Parts: sequence; structure tokens; C-alpha cells
Amino acid sequence: MKEAAKERLVQICLYASAAVSLMILPIIVVWVGFNGIGAINWEFLTGRPYRFEYGGIFPQIVGSVYLVSLCTLLGAPLGIASAIYLAEYAPDNAITSAVRFFTETLAGMPSIVIGLFGLQFLVYRLQLKTSLLAGAISLSFMMLPWTIRASEEAIKVVPREYREASLALGATKWQTILKVVIPAAMPGILTGVLLGMGKAIGETAVVWLTAGSGLEAFVPRSLRSPTGSLPMYIYLLATQGHTAQGMQNAFGASLVLLVMFLCMSVVALVIRNYFLRKLR
Amino acid sequence: MMREIRYAKPVDPFEEVVFSRAKDKIEFDDFHLWYGDNHVLRDINIEIQSNIVTAIMGPSGCGKSTLLRAINRMNDIIPECRYKGEIEIDGVDINDPETDVYELRKKVGMVFQKPNPFPMSVYDNVAYGPRLHRMASGEELDRIVEGSLRGAALWEEVHERLDDSALSLSGGQQQRLCIARTLAVEPEIILLDEPCSALDPIATTKIEGLMRQLKERYTVVLVTHNLQQAARVSEMTAFMYLGEIVEFDRTRDIFENPREELTENYITGKFG
Repeated sequence: MKEAAKERLVQICLYASAAVSLMILPIIVVWVGFNGIGAINWEFLTGRPYRFEYGGIFPQIVGSVYLVSLCTLLGAPLGIASAIYLAEYAPDNAITSAVRFFTETLAGMPSIVIGLFGLQFLVYRLQLKTSLLAGAISLSFMMLPWTIRASEEAIKVVPREYREASLALGATKWQTILKVVIPAAMPGILTGVLLGMGKAIGETAVVWLTAGSGLEAFVPRSLRSPTGSLPMYIYLLATQGHTAQGMQNAFGASLVLLVMFLCMSVVALVIRNYFLRKLR
Repeated sequence: MMREIRYAKPVDPFEEVVFSRAKDKIEFDDFHLWYGDNHVLRDINIEIQSNIVTAIMGPSGCGKSTLLRAINRMNDIIPECRYKGEIEIDGVDINDPETDVYELRKKVGMVFQKPNPFPMSVYDNVAYGPRLHRMASGEELDRIVEGSLRGAALWEEVHERLDDSALSLSGGQQQRLCIARTLAVEPEIILLDEPCSALDPIATTKIEGLMRQLKERYTVVLVTHNLQQAARVSEMTAFMYLGEIVEFDRTRDIFENPREELTENYITGKFG
């Protein structure tokens, strides 16, 4: 009887924990939606910000899209290539283990540190200025470890039998990787890229230091233009707004950011399922 | 005029090998192989002939698969593997540094223990090799795919589902697909590494029938731990134990009057 009561207690505790933790995210989403929906209108989505907390967020939306796209363009190929090297070519020794360990640690590196490096090295030393390019490069530093880790894992679990079959047909190692291993690992690689993109689109500290002030009234015209982004805009309005309009716009921009993130996830899911179906 | 009716000759597992006609295809000459410090193959000296099935049998861990993988140098992908001695195919030493290992593997096809079709369509699986070596495209490629599938006795079963995933086929069909994939690069030698060990008896019968057909065009080397299979399909049999060839002879002689006591003990099931 006593044991049964204990069992019951454990069950209740676990249930309560699960309920609380699983509810938090939906509550945040609903909260943002509830507070932000009032700000959403055509002018808000297509206009420019003026007098700090008034106007729209079009340059910020475009800026975020540009930053994430360019960051992915730079980070994904580099990350996937590094993962291929680590999984297929790197000798199994202490140096490789060390590299792998640092890569994994880098994934948890405080982003403000990466931002500071971007500011000092890219913006000042390489004279890229506070710009789209400097921001995207810095963001790709953030993206790399996530992409490398997930891609390496995906490449490693491709069955040895596939590789052997390809090699036995007279394929070279690279041909085997290109035609058999990477297609089979594609769903996992895409997951890694998406993880990195998710990190990049929500990043505030890095873009603050390297991309732009956040309230840019113009869509970036070139790689050297300062570029506003949604997270920076939200940060500024939330901390330095003076009116209710400012807070509402911050929530409106948050809602747009959430929707963008959702769209990105759905697109990635569709692509991922396409590859999975091809592999079945 | 009455013509003499000829009956198809029943399949005789102990069919005599016509030695005079057979050309030496694969010749091992004082071949040794190590994995690290482990001396896996010791002093291998055998000659495998063209257009017959040669079976290599022996207990687990005797080195029979390693011996097979030496013929297409698949052991090269194991980092700590090294070997010495010669293996000649048609008089050319395949272990010579000048030998193009990719050409070698094209010439020496291999079918593995577990069916391992690529996660692609049936067609793309068979077309993989020809595309890789830029042998054909378009209609010519279609012909190669059809010919290879026919050669592997699979065409009738899959010709309407060439675009289906290879993984939707049954185990036995997958293994025949792997054979078709091997045939598509036009090899001369086919190595089979326990090709039926993951299959049910009916699928096994089909693959064994296929092996008898294949030997007419190819040199077939079969590794098996199944004694009956060796007796059923091979003309020559090598018995291996602890990395050495104990006995290599006509299959009938190996099974009916082995010279070595070890062979006899294995065949009568005293160990294995």
C-alpha cells in the first residue's frame, strides 16, 4: 500500500513537471501573438521606422532575411565540408578529438564574445564596417558548430554497407561520398543547417555589434550597407521605447520573427521529408 | 528422319571440371595478410580457374572473407591492414603499386553478405556503376540496366517498378539486385561473400541457380559457411582453417574423400 502511494506520488510529480515545461512555450507564443497582433497592419509590414518607435519594420524584415541567407550561404557549405572532413578523412587521433571537442564547445560559446570578435576583427581590422557582410560572417561563426555537429553525426550513421558497395563497383572515396553518403545523410545535414539558421535569425548580440544599429530606415543596398534586423529592433524598442506604441511594435516585430522562424522550419521539414521519401 | 531427343542434363553437383580448357584466372602466390599484429592469411597458394564456381569454406574467423576481399583489394580500406606476396589476375599482379585499384574493382565485382542496395530506385542502383564510369547514357544505359537485371534473373519481377525504391524489394530480390548492379559494370570475376546467409531457403535456391548460370560468363568465387551450398554449386572447393588453405581440390574429392583429417572432421561436422 505504501509502495503504491509512493508510485502515485512520483507519477503526479512527473505529470506536473511535464505539464509546466510543455506549457511554457505555447504560453509565450500565445502571449506574443496576443500582444503583437494589434501592431500588424499593411503599413507596419511595408513601411519604414521613423521617430524611433513609429512606422513600419520593412527594412528590418528584409535585413533579417538577407543576414540569415548570406550567413547560410557562407556557413552551410563550409560547415558541411568540415563535417565531411571530420567524419571521413580526419585521422583518428588526439588532434581530431581536440578539434571535435572545440567545435562542440563553440556551439555553446556566448554570442557576445563572437560579436566582439566580429566587431574588432571584421568591422575594424578588415574594415568591413558595420555592415551586412560583417554581420553575416559573424553569424556564420555561430552557425558553424551546429551545422558541423549535426552533419558529422548524420554522415557517420550512413551504413558502412553503402560505402562498401560503392567502392566495390570501382568508385573512389570522393565519388562514394558525393553520390551515396551525402544523399543518405541529407536529412540530418539539413537539420543541422536549420539549427544553425534558427540560431542566426534570433541572434541579437552579434548583429548589434557587427551589422547595424537596428533602426535603419533603408533596405541594405550592398554588402557594405548597415543592416537592421528584427531582434535588434525588438531589443531597442523594448528597452528604450517611451510610449505604449513602442512596446506594441516590439511585440509586432516579435510576432513577425516567430512567423519567419516557423516558415523556415516548415520549408526545411518539407525538404527533409522529400529526401527521406527518396531514401525509402 | 527421327532425331535423337536430347534431355537437358540434370544438374550434377559433382560435375567434372575440364581442367585442360580452364585458363588460370586468379593465382595466389605466397600471399600473407595481417590486421595489425594479427596474421590473418598465411602462405596462400591457390589457382582459381575461369568459368567455374570455386567455393571457399571454413569455420568463422578462418579468414575466408578476407581472402575473398584480397582479390578486389577491399582490404585496403582497413587502415591497419598490410599484405605481401602476389595475387595475379590473367598474369597481372594486382598488388603492384602501378595497378589501378578502381579499374581492378570494376573488373572484379563483389556481392556482400547482407543485401546492400543503395537507398535509390531499382534503376538507379543498377545504373550507378555505368554512370560512375561513364559507360553509357540514355537508351544505351536502359539496355545495360535491362541486360543486367535479366542476367540476375530479376527483370521479370521488377521491370514494371524500376522507379520504385530498391528498399521496397524483398531480401532475395535485393540480393539479386546487388548482383545485377555488379553485372552492370561488365566484370570478369564475381566474388560472393556468403550471399545467402541473410536469405530464406526459397531465395537461396534462386541465388544458387543464378550462380550456376553466372559461371558460364564469369569466374565465380563463393565464400560460404554452408557445406551443402558449396557441394551444390561449386566445382572446386577450398577448405580454410586458421588462415591457411588446408585443402583445395575438386568439390567431389573434398566431400567424398578428403586427403586431410581436418577437412574430413569439418565436413562430418566434428567442428565448425
